[in-house]
Amino acid sequence: MLSRLKRDLTMAEAARGAGGARVDLLLVAEMVAPTSKVLDIGAGDGELLRILGEQRGVDGRGIELSREGVNECVAKGLAVIQGDADTDLADYPNDAFDYVILSQTLQATRRPRVVLEHMLRIGQNAVVSFPNFGHWKIRLQLMFGGHMPSTDNLPYAWWDSPNIHFCTIKDFRDLCDVAGARIDRAVAFNAWGTPLRFNAPWWFWNLFGEQAVFLLSRRG
Amino acid sequence: MGEVDTAPDATSLAREADAPRNSQVARFGADRPLKLDAGVELSPFQIAYKNYGTLNADRSNAILICHALTGDHHVASPNPVTGRPGGWETMVGPGKPIDTERYFVICSNVLGGCMGSTGPASTNPKTGKPWGLDFPVITIRDMVRAQAMLLDELKIDTLFAVAGGSMGGMQVLQWAASYQHRVFSALPIACATRHSAQNIAFHEVGRQAVMADPEWRHGRYFAEGTDPRRGLAVARMGAHITYLSDAALHRKFGRKFQDRENPTFSFDADFEVESYLRHQGSSFVERFDANSYLYLTRAMDYFDLAADYNGVVANAFRGAETRFCVVSFTSDWLFPTPESRAIVHALNASGARVSFAEIVTDKGHDAFLLDEPELFAIVRGFLDGAAKARGLKNGKQ
Repeated sequence: MLSRLKRDLTMAEAARGAGGARVDLLLVAEMVAPTSKVLDIGAGDGELLRILGEQRGVDGRGIELSREGVNECVAKGLAVIQGDADTDLADYPNDAFDYVILSQTLQATRRPRVVLEHMLRIGQNAVVSFPNFGHWKIRLQLMFGGHMPSTDNLPYAWWDSPNIHFCTIKDFRDLCDVAGARIDRAVAFNAWGTPLRFNAPWWFWNLFGEQAVFLLSRRG
Repeated sequence: MGEVDTAPDATSLAREADAPRNSQVARFGADRPLKLDAGVELSPFQIAYKNYGTLNADRSNAILICHALTGDHHVASPNPVTGRPGGWETMVGPGKPIDTERYFVICSNVLGGCMGSTGPASTNPKTGKPWGLDFPVITIRDMVRAQAMLLDELKIDTLFAVAGGSMGGMQVLQWAASYQHRVFSALPIACATRHSAQNIAFHEVGRQAVMADPEWRHGRYFAEGTDPRRGLAVARMGAHITYLSDAALHRKFGRKFQDRENPTFSFDADFEVESYLRHQGSSFVERFDANSYLYLTRAMDYFDLAADYNGVVANAFRGAETRFCVVSFTSDWLFPTPESRAIVHALNASGARVSFAEIVTDKGHDAFLLDEPELFAIVRGFLDGAAKARGLKNGKQ
């Protein structure tokens, strides 16, 4: 437990931008137009909603699975409800939001494709950030260590991990294809939160990007 | 518990209904009748209320508290009938989550109640005698209409918040539906958009207990000098069980005997839980009118928000800019969490801004009135966020 905490802290320390906010959250926030209406799925402790409210002036709502997270968010004055991305998105009407965000949660959903399809239905745009399972460190651990990878970013043992649907950046592009999503923007960044070269080829991102953020919209 | 200054009898209850102590009273004459859902007009009528704190210059910091079935408007000051502390002092007061140093808090005795607002124990001006069963059947919406008239009287156009649990929560939802432009934020706690069949069933048992008491006399007990206290006490005992939980009863009482080592092999209150319930029953009848109990339980039974909006609850809140904070409790089996979730789904479907938290507790439905630090943190945080959005200053207004 202590070691996991320590690893999480190391990661958090490494990837914080100005104002102490996590860089991946800042990158997500940057993709959202100011004063828009946003739904954050997997709101956690409300950090992203706070950033969106303070820096982009958005009208933000959240869904969070853990009761502790929800109560923390609500006590901060955020509009967050207890709910499950896998079951509760169906209750939202079409086009209810400008953006629907899934930040570091895709890999923990039971049916990522259904979740993504709902996001594209509920929102004009979808923003998805996820850890890239194609990163070279992960490939090396599996290839030479012969066991499920564990990194600063993904510190869990396979048997107690909430992450059940890992994917690589390439895999996610395939999902966008089948789910009818158009990729409007994509950013991959390394462990220190530095975005990789914009015009790098996908295979480069897939190998050196520790995390990725995609801005999507409905195709057609 | 149950310290009573002077043991009130039925007559003193009737007195409190007409001339409530330690209360303000708004009187509405023949020129301002209350149009009831039953299709009749109530006039004249009066609403008893308390207020705490100071209304700011913009008149924008008012919070209306809607009390529950057997509560009253003495939420943050001693109850003149029982002498006990206010009914929601854990939540409302200086420095409390609903902070009377920051907000102007109003709570009115509900229409149909027996603590100073017009109800079946009040004097019917046409006969000079208590209304009894001649009092028209009222609904949650009627209660809210009366509250809106009180706010007009107080020249408060928009409420910063309206808050309440249980039957109070139903009024909060009705407020948000009927007067969405007058409600900046709403806290419906431990409630539902309609009374479930099981809850109607519990209420019917309570009403039958009252009506089975030979002293009830078809509601004419004041005139006949009788007092249906036994029936009302049984109703209260049954209802009180539904406000708690299996776990809470077990934790508090288990199978412990009351002041004895062994069972008496009789029908005395051998068990602590029996003794506790009998006490709950007997102290309740000292402060509550039996007919009021019938009318208020009926109002809850009739509550079905969807019915007024083509069967779709979401229609009730369409276009609402009200900020909602819905709260439920894990061990509440009277208004279990799925009921609150249904409210949240409706609010989401209508695009309203909603927070929802479920609080882990073994205290059952009554948890909203008890010491629940997580509830306090949520209410405080929600109101802080709403105050910022409303442009209310920090601290005293």
